[in-house]
Amino acid sequence: MKKSGAEIFVEALRHEGVKTVFGLPGGVVLKIFDVLCQQKDIELVLTRHEQGAAHMAEGYAKATGRAGVVLVTSGPGMTNIVTGLADAYMDSVPLVAFTGQVSTNLIGNDAFQEADNVGISRPCTKHNVLVKDVHDLAQTIKEAFYIATSGRPGPVLVDIPKDVSTERAEFKYPDKVSLRGYNPTITGNKHQIKQAAEEIMKARKPMMYVGGGAIFSDAADEIRELAEITQIPVTMTLMGLGSFPGTHPLSLGMLGMHGGYWTNMAMHHADLLIAVGARFDDRVTGKLSEFCPEARVIHIDIDPTSIKKTFHAHIPIVGDVRAVLRQMNVMLRSMDGNQAEMKGLRGPWLKQVAEWKRSHPLTYRQDDKINKPQFVIEKLYELTKHEAIVATDVGQHQMWAAQYFKGTKPRTWLTSGGLGTMGFGFPAAIGAQKAFPDKMVVCITSEGSFQMNLQELATAAEHKLPIKIVLLNNRCHGMVRQWQDLFYEGRYSASQLGKIPDFVKLAEAYGILGLRAAKPAEVEAVLKEGLKHKGPVLMDIETDPYENCYPMIPAGGAHHEMMLEDPPELNRAKKGGAQKRKVDEGEGVLPA
Amino acid sequence: MEHIISVLVENKFGVLARVAGLFSARGYNIESLSVAPTLDPTTSMITIVTVGDDRIIEQIMKQLNKVIEVLKVVDLTETDFLDRETALIKVHTKPEHRDEAIRITDIFRAKIVDSSPTTYTIEITGNVDKVEALINLLKPLGIKELIRTGRIAIARETTRTASPRREPALLKT
Repeated sequence: MKKSGAEIFVEALRHEGVKTVFGLPGGVVLKIFDVLCQQKDIELVLTRHEQGAAHMAEGYAKATGRAGVVLVTSGPGMTNIVTGLADAYMDSVPLVAFTGQVSTNLIGNDAFQEADNVGISRPCTKHNVLVKDVHDLAQTIKEAFYIATSGRPGPVLVDIPKDVSTERAEFKYPDKVSLRGYNPTITGNKHQIKQAAEEIMKARKPMMYVGGGAIFSDAADEIRELAEITQIPVTMTLMGLGSFPGTHPLSLGMLGMHGGYWTNMAMHHADLLIAVGARFDDRVTGKLSEFCPEARVIHIDIDPTSIKKTFHAHIPIVGDVRAVLRQMNVMLRSMDGNQAEMKGLRGPWLKQVAEWKRSHPLTYRQDDKINKPQFVIEKLYELTKHEAIVATDVGQHQMWAAQYFKGTKPRTWLTSGGLGTMGFGFPAAIGAQKAFPDKMVVCITSEGSFQMNLQELATAAEHKLPIKIVLLNNRCHGMVRQWQDLFYEGRYSASQLGKIPDFVKLAEAYGILGLRAAKPAEVEAVLKEGLKHKGPVLMDIETDPYENCYPMIPAGGAHHEMMLEDPPELNRAKKGGAQKRKVDEGEGVLPA
Repeated sequence: MEHIISVLVENKFGVLARVAGLFSARGYNIESLSVAPTLDPTTSMITIVTVGDDRIIEQIMKQLNKVIEVLKVVDLTETDFLDRETALIKVHTKPEHRDEAIRITDIFRAKIVDSSPTTYTIEITGNVDKVEALINLLKPLGIKELIRTGRIAIARETTRTASPRREPALLKT
């Protein structure tokens, strides 16, 4: 029996195991929405803005590892998801976006709500296709899911004209995909891996630098095994957090612009760098010519273009991170030398790193009148006990969360890294909560980022999603203000938010619990009440508008040129009575 | 250094835009570009002449390979290859210049393919040096219009070369 394009679409999604679609209807996709509402297998989450739908699908994909699915209409519907596509492309998030298109006979006529969806999305998708014939629809959808989730994952856009969704064809879903121009390399070259293993055995000051590729390849166990058998300290990029437990003795936390002093110093002095599913982003490397100056470099990545793009690699290994590390671990175990010997070899190095950590831990000055954002995040970390999925927005709060939240599991840290998309966090939290209704999902955001997609409060309320929004309200674009203080002589050009809504009332307007903590003494109680609440909750926490995020490598600086605190000439609203406090005291992360 | 890159692609709409977009998005230059179907009508060959250091060319090759519809990428510059370009040159021919134009055309084994009372249109096919030499010689006569196809290139059969050469193709794996 023949099916309409819309029915083929839904049937194909069913075959792909899709349970949730994030979207918003419009003229040319009405037929698809009409079919969607007549079945029960696939739930449609109606968002209030298409950008929200794209980020929700990203959050869903990051939390589950499966492709997130977006369905929007033509023209403005499509252009509104462009930020989400670009974000997913930068961070390699598997996404399949279906966009409506005007009927094939109208394409190119400047028809109502027409846009060149394929043209607009070409530079920000892994692949995209305009389906011109209903007979190609099932095959195209199969290929879209395959391309989005295989190799280096990424967003794929499928453009479906209105007449394609109404015309009829036999439904036949292909079992497998064969694309003659696409066949990602999975296993690594044995010779290269052997060379790498030999380098690892003899290195005295090795570092493992793990990126988001490790998360998407599910390589957490293999990374841990490699680190433990070879006693190599592990640092993670913003995207790689969670791939190795932040609480592990060998974890050095995040590196780069706002990485730990000990982490960046270790990078600077390392004699061997094992880059795992990472791409040497400028926020990680700082000044390239002085990045890891003494290190031999092993670079493992499934995407050949990531290798030698910005930084040299002495031993490039193209392949799936997990597969390559498995091969490598087998090889390492068969080589001479055991864990005890490795400990002996690395001893002085680990001791040095521990010393850096002891001398320059993460610090902030606690205050009894005004909330320090670091204090709030530390409290939140204590109260959630590693159990929460954390979604963040972009800016200072994101960096503090990355520093103070020591995630222990992959896929529990959802953040926008490459594109740095403010407005990502809250919809991403919705997507994750939709995927895991019983897990605690916390959205750490700030008043600037949150206002970029706050319309999705309606979506959270409608679906009764118990997301805990912790909003660090410093009444300004904090990271912009920080740079203006440090590099633009304190001229606050457009970084101060003159008018800010009353977030408690705003939450209440959506039927959501709103709480506020203005003083440090109130923080714990508010967080406890919010986390205990059964439904969605917005916690507006007023924080110090002048707090800066350190350590910081100024743009273009090298890893050993970190700023650790406000420079003396920066004399703003520093209040008396504040005392310096070391937050990591007692948490001996590295063997001394 | 100049490189001639052959890119075998699926013959589908939008593929050229994807390849060209890749160059513009990353700030790489395209010196010339030619596209036409191959023997197999489902594929097309794109020949791109580009300039860059080794690092840039390596990135260009890898980025091209990453495009889903790209089947094979070869940097011909790393092999022994033949390249050709065709130009159509419309020159002004005052009566006293017409013999000179014919002589120059003969020397280059080019052809006059169209003539009018005041112009000749000359067709030349050859490597880029030959085409440019002809253009330079015709310039004093006054070139009214000039069209070049851009270069196409093909690897010589490797069995004919005496010395061992580097692997020419970065094949998609």
